[in-house]
Amino acid sequence: MPTAPAGTLYRGREGMWSWVAHRVTGVLIFFFLLVHVLDTALVRVSPEAYNAAIGTYQTPIMGLGEAGLVAAIVFHAFNGIRILLVDFWAKGPKYQKVMLWVVVGLFVVTMAGFLPRHLINVFTGGH
Amino acid sequence: MAHGTAAVAKVDSPRSPYVRRKTTRGNYELYSWVFMRASGVVLLVLIFGHLFVNLMVGDGVHAIDFGFVAGKWSNPMWQVWDLLMLWLAMIHGTNGVRTIINDYATRDLTRGILKGLLLLAFTVVVVLGTLVIFTFDPCPPDAPAELLASFCTA
Repeated sequence: MPTAPAGTLYRGREGMWSWVAHRVTGVLIFFFLLVHVLDTALVRVSPEAYNAAIGTYQTPIMGLGEAGLVAAIVFHAFNGIRILLVDFWAKGPKYQKVMLWVVVGLFVVTMAGFLPRHLINVFTGGH
Repeated sequence: MAHGTAAVAKVDSPRSPYVRRKTTRGNYELYSWVFMRASGVVLLVLIFGHLFVNLMVGDGVHAIDFGFVAGKWSNPMWQVWDLLMLWLAMIHGTNGVRTIINDYATRDLTRGILKGLLLLAFTVVVVLGTLVIFTFDPCPPDAPAELLASFCTA
């Protein structure tokens, strides 16, 4: 029975799962970006067309989607900095696991600052 | 058996210099690796600023309408901000998806089709977005005044 090689930097656990999460969030953000440029391009059609499109972003369901999008961006951004440190800081590979938990901590703090304000805007604000 | 007679296989002289076969197409992947890291840092600043101004300040997402965009793009700072964000994010994202296609699409034809679609999406979105930023009119003459920014009627 072959056994899995032990002690590789990125096999299983924090290293691999952060890599998976980085890919998944990256793809999500990319497809949103394609849609977001197209909806913004409606400003060249007419104010009415743009306002109608952006109005659909102001519904509660889309508001929750925006919360998820921001969560994906915040994780991708902080984990990206962790990747930079793993690649360029001499002690980066040694501390890559600790740095993932720092990323998770910063993610929680940032979302705690963003979510209440955004959700209040979505569920009580405007129209 | 023609052992040791006229038919001796020609063997390279052991002293002939080793010639490395070229197996790469230049340093493209190295530059792409560097670009992902450099653009990532810039995008962190650009996108966090974008999200803060559009979702956190004032009424957040509810404040966004045509007049809001007009107010931002009448300022060259936001035009440059959004243009840089568009280009860097599209190149960064396209290059990331290219890596993922290379990893998971094993058939040449599948990989070619997916990367062709990716290049098409990249070109359409970047050209469209760039044109929109540069040709945007914050006060279109035929639009109802109540939909426009206050500086259009002032």
